[in-house]
Amino acid sequence: MLASFGAATLASYLIVSGILLVIGIIGFLVRRNLIVMFLCTELMFQAAAIAFVAVGRYYLDYSGQVMVIFILTVAAAEAALALALVVFMHRQRDSLDPDVYGELAE
Amino acid sequence: MNAVHLMLQTLIATPAVQVSELVHQVTPNWAQFILWLPLISLVLCGVCAALKVKSKAPALITIICLASSFVLTLMLYLGYESAQVIPIFDWIQVKWSGGSFIANFALYVDSLTLLWMRFVTGLGTPIAIYSLEYMEHAIGKGYARFFAGVSVFLFAMSCLVMGDNLLMLYLGWEGVGFASYWLIGYFYQRPAAVAAAKKAFIVNRIGDLGLALAIYLIWSTFGTIQYDEIATIFASHQEDAGSFASFGGWTVHAIPYLLMLAAFGKSAQLPLYVWLPDAMEGPTPVSALIHAATMVTAGVYLIARTYPFFQLDDYALPTVAWVGGLTALLAATIAMAQYDIKRIMAYSTVSQLGFMFLGLGVLSSYGAAYHVFTHAFFKAVLFLTCGAIMHGFAGQLDLRKVSGLRKMRGWKIVSYTMLVGCLCLAGFPFTSGYFSKDAILAEAFVTPGHGFVVLGWMAIFTAGLTAYYTFRVWFRVCCGPQHFEAGDELHGEDPASFRPHPPRLAINFVLIAIASGAILAALPYFMENETTGLKGGWVAEMVNDSPAKKGVPSASTTHLAGDDAAHHGSILGMDPHKAMYYISAVVGMIGLGIAFFFHLARREAADTLRSNLLARRATRWLPTAMENKWYVDEFYIAVIRTPLWILGKLFALIDRGIIDGLLVNGIAGLPRSVAKWFSPLHNGAVQSYGVSMVGGAALVILLMMYMTEIMSFLQSTLFGGMP
Repeated sequence: MLASFGAATLASYLIVSGILLVIGIIGFLVRRNLIVMFLCTELMFQAAAIAFVAVGRYYLDYSGQVMVIFILTVAAAEAALALALVVFMHRQRDSLDPDVYGELAE
Repeated sequence: MNAVHLMLQTLIATPAVQVSELVHQVTPNWAQFILWLPLISLVLCGVCAALKVKSKAPALITIICLASSFVLTLMLYLGYESAQVIPIFDWIQVKWSGGSFIANFALYVDSLTLLWMRFVTGLGTPIAIYSLEYMEHAIGKGYARFFAGVSVFLFAMSCLVMGDNLLMLYLGWEGVGFASYWLIGYFYQRPAAVAAAKKAFIVNRIGDLGLALAIYLIWSTFGTIQYDEIATIFASHQEDAGSFASFGGWTVHAIPYLLMLAAFGKSAQLPLYVWLPDAMEGPTPVSALIHAATMVTAGVYLIARTYPFFQLDDYALPTVAWVGGLTALLAATIAMAQYDIKRIMAYSTVSQLGFMFLGLGVLSSYGAAYHVFTHAFFKAVLFLTCGAIMHGFAGQLDLRKVSGLRKMRGWKIVSYTMLVGCLCLAGFPFTSGYFSKDAILAEAFVTPGHGFVVLGWMAIFTAGLTAYYTFRVWFRVCCGPQHFEAGDELHGEDPASFRPHPPRLAINFVLIAIASGAILAALPYFMENETTGLKGGWVAEMVNDSPAKKGVPSASTTHLAGDDAAHHGSILGMDPHKAMYYISAVVGMIGLGIAFFFHLARREAADTLRSNLLARRATRWLPTAMENKWYVDEFYIAVIRTPLWILGKLFALIDRGIIDGLLVNGIAGLPRSVAKWFSPLHNGAVQSYGVSMVGGAALVILLMMYMTEIMSFLQSTLFGGMP
């Protein structure tokens, strides 16, 4: 499958996408810093984007790429909001450990 | 549906019947103000209460309105010729092809109405004057409320007595019940007063049910509830029970008994008399006006008004007579052993009402009406003197604790007006009570059958007891050595230096006025009869022109000779009417003599007798039972109240446990208890949410990937043997 570098198949793209997703998930679950956790969610976004592009190319369908444009837009908006929140939270509690904000439940 | 439709159609199509069609004479339209004046007084008293008036204004308003009402009644009496309808306004007018239901707000004035209205308004006015002074401690607090209650009562009572149909009577009937509840519960801070008010109301409801059912049956059987139309129907059937068979079976027999139930409730007869003694928790003028003189005679009025119905069933009037006679005896025995003078008077009222029903039952509606009339005066005097004593001795009512009133300063009028009342109640010769009671007692021996002779002797015995307990009060309280103990309503006075407050102008004036009324009430007996062949004086004249005329003595039937004498009955070989004058005088004197011996000459003998009776096992029950009112209240509590209470508790348990607990709260609690299992997941740690999301996603992916395998596995395990 990886024999010829130039002939990358759909599977290779999906594998990369999967690896990115898993790295994102693990990072989100184990890191104790809100900024890093947030970066990990971005990683998961990109995993999805790669999968979309690859599958769209495979079926010769542009809607995959259209989806990616949407994802980038949403991700940009979400990043702006999330970073603002992170800054604000840091000012409030002087910490970015997620456990500090546990009382937000209910 | 069809009938209702038809009804509505005819309602729209035919114009309502004009009341004026029923009127035969020039109608004195001003008569309606007999009704409206108390209502105006009620409204003005309400205004006084709202403005927090701190003067005697409410009393003056009420006195003026009631006095005007009385004057109008007298005018109506003087201008009276024959029964007539005075329309006020059309109230209920429903007609359809098969019949009609008409109840106008109109007055029906016949002589029975006038007889009643004369003492209702005639006693209402002086008692309001009496209350002007008696209630003065409540000025600015409950003064307006009291007079508003009296006004409501007078309005409702006028409605009851003057109404043109049974529905108006029912309106007044409920109205007086409500006024009675209002005034018994006047001292609403006292639990006993509240309990008594509730008891009076609830016991009266039982009777009211009878009246409601009776009115319904009368309407469904005779097609009308208007007095004049009922009279026409009875006139066309010659009051013959047989010819009423066309009205259909059981209803004509049920009507008198239902009316009886109503009368026994309102007039405190067996088995519904228990509320009246407790009603003494109200202010004394109320006891005098409502619970002695007027309201409680509504039952007698009802039966007199519907007398023809009682001839429809052979046993209806004998039942009335027996209930009345037994109540009279029972209440008299209870009155003998009480110490609270107001309570003695209350039982005496029950007992005298029993005499009235006895009179109705033995076909002496004349005697009953006359006794109502005289009793209203002398019992009002007795209650008002009790009130004066209670007022002057800070609520003291125990006859052992006040003595020698006659010789105390300022109490002469009270003592001697009380003596007048006592003489009348005891049936002392040539007092008003003597004539009215004799008319009833004699008739018990005249009317044949149904054990009336036994009842007659029983009533004579009761008359003796009456004389005894009446003079027990008078000899104890007014005679003997001077001595008193103050009651517990001192209004801040020191009990050690307490001096009785003798009554002032208003109370003394009213006592003298009503006592004179009680003496003069003997006069109607001597009045010449205008109608030929009638005897019994003015009252007989009044009753003769009413539905109760069957019970009026006429010269032709009471003085029979020859063969007819056998039907006439006799006592000890004499004519009952003549014999009764001697017998009842002797019996009254014996009762009076016994009272004189035990309560004036040798007071300690009464206590010795009581302790002797209590000491012996064989006689112990007698004083115990009499002092405890024959345990009737306890019996009712055991037989009626306790089972109902248990049932109520049971229903409360079902309501609280099954309806509230299981159904309402159970269903509401279900989501919460389910949520409890999952709530630990919601712990506030962001990353644990992440774990559950990932885990969930993984589960979904696994399910999607292995769906076919899972399905076939499930199939093979669950439906293993099947192909």
